[in-house]
Amino acid sequence: MADALRRPFFWIIGLAIAAFAGAPLGHDVELRESLLLAAVYITLASNLNMMLGYAGYVNFGSIVFFGLGGYFCVYFMGTLGWGLLPSVLVGGVAVSVLALLFGLGILRLRGIHFALATIGVNEAVMAFVTNFQPWGGSTGIYLSTGLFQPLGGPAQALWTVYYLLVAIMGLSLYLSYFVKSSKFGMGLLAIGQNEDAAAVLGVPAPRYKALAYSASAFLPAIAGGLYFFKGAFIQPADAFDLTLSTEAIVITMLGGQGTIFGPALGAYLYEELRGWLLTSQTFANFQLVVAGALLLVIVLFAPGGLMGLFYRRWPRLRRILE
Amino acid sequence: MSALLEIENLGKRFGGLQAVSSLGFTVREGEILGLIGPNGAGKSTVFNLINGVFAPDAGRVRFRDADITGAAPFRVAQLGLARTHQIVQPFASMTVLENCTVGACFGRENLPLPRAREAAREAVVLVGLEDRIDEPALHLTIAGKKRLELARALAARPALLMLDEVLAGLNPTEVARMIAIVRSIRERGVAILMIEHLMQAIMSLSDRIVVLNSGRKLSEGLPAEVARDPAVVEAYLGDPGLVQGAPR
Repeated sequence: MADALRRPFFWIIGLAIAAFAGAPLGHDVELRESLLLAAVYITLASNLNMMLGYAGYVNFGSIVFFGLGGYFCVYFMGTLGWGLLPSVLVGGVAVSVLALLFGLGILRLRGIHFALATIGVNEAVMAFVTNFQPWGGSTGIYLSTGLFQPLGGPAQALWTVYYLLVAIMGLSLYLSYFVKSSKFGMGLLAIGQNEDAAAVLGVPAPRYKALAYSASAFLPAIAGGLYFFKGAFIQPADAFDLTLSTEAIVITMLGGQGTIFGPALGAYLYEELRGWLLTSQTFANFQLVVAGALLLVIVLFAPGGLMGLFYRRWPRLRRILE
Repeated sequence: MSALLEIENLGKRFGGLQAVSSLGFTVREGEILGLIGPNGAGKSTVFNLINGVFAPDAGRVRFRDADITGAAPFRVAQLGLARTHQIVQPFASMTVLENCTVGACFGRENLPLPRAREAAREAVVLVGLEDRIDEPALHLTIAGKKRLELARALAARPALLMLDEVLAGLNPTEVARMIAIVRSIRERGVAILMIEHLMQAIMSLSDRIVVLNSGRKLSEGLPAEVARDPAVVEAYLGDPGLVQGAPR
């Protein structure tokens, strides 16, 4: 830990958190909403990166963690009357445990078969929730606005949620760093390069993959809880929207899969681009076409993403940042 | 010398092909045992059965008094049995040092990262790759990748090292260098089980030889004995290298 304090990444992440927290200065609501989405994207992409970038497993259904986290939180608060913090934390733990169970099952698969299974998990969970009456079935759950009162009323509650999401974003970045610089991360990277060779060298691949899958569920689930609490409404079509999963993949590839800052950079740029496309009439709802085209260009011409390009241009940068 | 690896009555069938049948042999502490045989004799399959890439249909594998029959490859590696692959399998975009660090931190000694890096560095020096240590593995030549394969296995500080054709595809200078490396590994007390087609090399390196043909043991003994065995000469008919290379 003391060693970490001397590393540039520690301060860069700190600066990013401070910038996110300070930029709206407690009153610029429009900027806050844009940065809030960026923080959600960064959280989703950074955690996805542990599976996609480190272990080399494409998780097309990563949004299931976000959606389930949302459902747990909304259910705990709305039906059981818990506070916001215990709801998101217990929700995060519950989703991680579920992910561990799913992971032990589907991580026997590799490559395209794993990718398809992750879509299957998302679709199965969505189908289950749609028919699960305690969670409101297909109509979903509304939260009473009275639940915002303990946080100082709706206006203040939205700021609290924003700061909490920024904290989750920061934790996601630190987690990315600590995993990558640990023995666990070394094992994941080896799995990502050549799983059979890694196993022959002693990497406990099945356990590591399941742990990575489970760890990558925790913070997105908490983010989901905060996000759907903020909207005071959750329904299956929003919670398990594969569009967001796909966007998280585009973002990770755009910034640079397997790098620590790539997903964050990709997420910020993507959110800016999305904001711009949404405000321009000609391009309304056009961001997915752009996302698809971006993904093609990256995969074809810059498989290392933006950070990959930077590191190739300035090799010293890798030693400083990674 | 006591037995390090004991194989009994090993059998494996792939569809209609009996790849290995009723095979038994022992590797003793500190020795080099050569495993030879014509193409398709089942040598690499034997390696895969020992380290758990395939589970055998019959027989037992014991390593350092533990039954490892059908154990997962990562468990076998953690017990101190390392191997190289006939077709090199580097972690292409990781550096030479990182490749070896994986071997060191997940192998027999289960080292924490900083100490694993030290062990990895030693292994890199031992195979003579220190001038390429921070380069990605994909930049190495085939000879370099073969040495990396060896260094990575060695970084785990195994008790037994299985080498699958580490000399194949190397030029004479590289072969001589690799032979010297193998000898220096043995001098550190590591037992070696090696598959090799280069007869002269394996005859001079090995303490004992096991000859495989069609998945069965054809002969076993000192290199000179094996080379004189009529059954072996017949299996190798047309391969005069065996006779020429044999020590008399």
